[in-house]
Amino acid sequence: MKSFHHFLATAASFLCVLSLPSCKSGAGDTIKVGEFASLTGKEATFGTSSHEGTLLAVEQLNAAGGVIGKKLELITEDDQTKAGEPANAVGKLISKDGVVAILGEVASSRSLEAAPICQENKIPMISPASTNPTVTQKGDYIFRVCFNDIFQGGALANFASGTLKAKKVAVLTDVKSDYSKGLAKNFKEKFTASGGQVGVELDFNGGDKDFKGQLTAIKSDAPDAIFLPGYYNDVALICIQAKQLGLNIPIFGGDGWESESLLTIGKDAVEGHYFSTHCAPDQGTPEMKNFIEAYKKRFNGKTPDAMAVLGYDSAMVLADAIKRANTTESAALRSAIAATKDFAGASGTITLNADRDAVKALVFIQIKDGKFTYSTTVNP
Amino acid sequence: MDWYLQQIINGLGLGAIYALIALGYTMVYGVLRFINFAHSDVLMLGAFTAFYIAPKIEKLMGHQSVLGCILLFIVAAAVCACIGMLIERLAYRPLRNRPKLTVLITAIGVSLLIEYTAQNEKVLGSAPQPFPQLLQEHSIHLGNLIISSNDVLTLGVTIVLLAAMWFVVQKTRIGTAMRAVSYNQQAALLMGVPVNRIISFTFGLGSALAAIAGILYAIKAPSIEPLMGVQPGLRAFVAAVLGGIGNLPGAVLGGVLLGLLETFAGGIPGLSNYRDAIAFGILILILLVKPAGLLGRSAVEKV
Repeated sequence: MKSFHHFLATAASFLCVLSLPSCKSGAGDTIKVGEFASLTGKEATFGTSSHEGTLLAVEQLNAAGGVIGKKLELITEDDQTKAGEPANAVGKLISKDGVVAILGEVASSRSLEAAPICQENKIPMISPASTNPTVTQKGDYIFRVCFNDIFQGGALANFASGTLKAKKVAVLTDVKSDYSKGLAKNFKEKFTASGGQVGVELDFNGGDKDFKGQLTAIKSDAPDAIFLPGYYNDVALICIQAKQLGLNIPIFGGDGWESESLLTIGKDAVEGHYFSTHCAPDQGTPEMKNFIEAYKKRFNGKTPDAMAVLGYDSAMVLADAIKRANTTESAALRSAIAATKDFAGASGTITLNADRDAVKALVFIQIKDGKFTYSTTVNP
Repeated sequence: MDWYLQQIINGLGLGAIYALIALGYTMVYGVLRFINFAHSDVLMLGAFTAFYIAPKIEKLMGHQSVLGCILLFIVAAAVCACIGMLIERLAYRPLRNRPKLTVLITAIGVSLLIEYTAQNEKVLGSAPQPFPQLLQEHSIHLGNLIISSNDVLTLGVTIVLLAAMWFVVQKTRIGTAMRAVSYNQQAALLMGVPVNRIISFTFGLGSALAAIAGILYAIKAPSIEPLMGVQPGLRAFVAAVLGGIGNLPGAVLGGVLLGLLETFAGGIPGLSNYRDAIAFGILILILLVKPAGLLGRSAVEKV
């Protein structure tokens, strides 16, 4: 049924695209910037956060007079957390709206789907938070303002052997997610290289609701900790069922965990577990402080998460590059983004390396008393 | 040994939910010879009904009270029974004398309509919602084995409802009428059986079962969203076919079998990747040998 629904949805959107007149606009009085995000669906809180961050950035830039004398116009498409949709969304943004650059996505699987299309059309794409290493390898027009999973996997491996003192770690991977698979691979390589032992390795499908089969197998293998590179919704359910089965060992994962939903769904079952992420609201830089203040004012007192910060930074890095290039012509804009150096972003100082990845610090967060609590920082 | 026993317990807990959903599919199929694809969405609506009225019932009956929980099940089942009957009245009844395929496509349409309407932020919204803990959860320890009280509850409810459905269909007047409609609609009508009312009742009953399954599923995995019914709905449909569609004990047998297969495949390193492929592969093999399903017999009384 699911794939059939999917087929219907794809067919319907395809027809929509066909029936639309192509009205590619040339040099207007605004700079059109495209954004695609998972505003609805399973990972809706990620997409909503990054979108709000991006929106705030665009509003601030426009309030300050715009960029190179023109206002920015943000055109947002919802990809519904569904495979297949990013390609439609990005295709529409490029061919119909004629955007000069694309911002998005948070999830690596969906960024990987859009990246080849942006590369082919020579439209620069900046991902706020996709950490899978292969995303920016899709071509020289693809960038990200976050670290990649080679760095994150290494930091997590050190964390497991250093802070958790774990000798044997079980790994539970989401086979539907490129992010999860990539992070698991990088973690295992680093962890075994530093003398750790990877215990039982099991998989699940993102969106599953029953994980007891896997967790029982993990329990009988008796590891010191479980590495769970997944997204918050699955993570919360896995932690609940681990607790039901009496698995009282630390569970830790990557930046896919960070969402308020993890706390509201997981409740006391996620207590004491750890994850790594991009930044912490209490990390103490003035850029971060200003951002939080502005964000809370704009979105009714809501506390921003890392995805919101990175959404904001992705738009700010783009605006900075347009200023330096003093044009929106794609090749010049691409070179300007690639030359980003020591840009003071809200999440931290952003310098893009030769692989078009940001070289940035990473923080560890522990869930304590039902709150995300800053634990340590790891520098690159 | 413990590993196997624990996996059997896990599998039974999961299978009982599939079984309960499959019961609803099979009820409707038995009478109408058509798959109600909107069944999995009624399940979702049942969980959301419980989600919205749980705080009110908690105020009335106290925190995590057994009586309150029973009341919640009854209210949600009643709401969903009405929704089920409404869907039948509006979408399926006008197509009663059209080819079965027309109704089938309509059912898919109804399913999509509910799913995508519910995902709108102004309706239910697409972000997962935390489902409240309705009952205090206990872990029963038997040596190294751990049994969750939720799984015991699910299994108990499934067995009771299976018995109740069997009783309704086999021993009551309305059940006799259902079997008559199932056997031959035209003839039943000529004998004075109010066919429309019987079909409406069947939908109500099936939808009430879906609501109960939805709540139990939400208790097991307390994160609910408008597409939560799609995956278990598909599995339950397969379970119903495996057991012999239209056959009540068959639906339960199919559900439990599927739950066990998935749990065991999920717990084996290297195979957990292919969990669904293994579970469904075995189902295909079974259906190759027994095309009518495990308990299904061709051309005998159904329901």
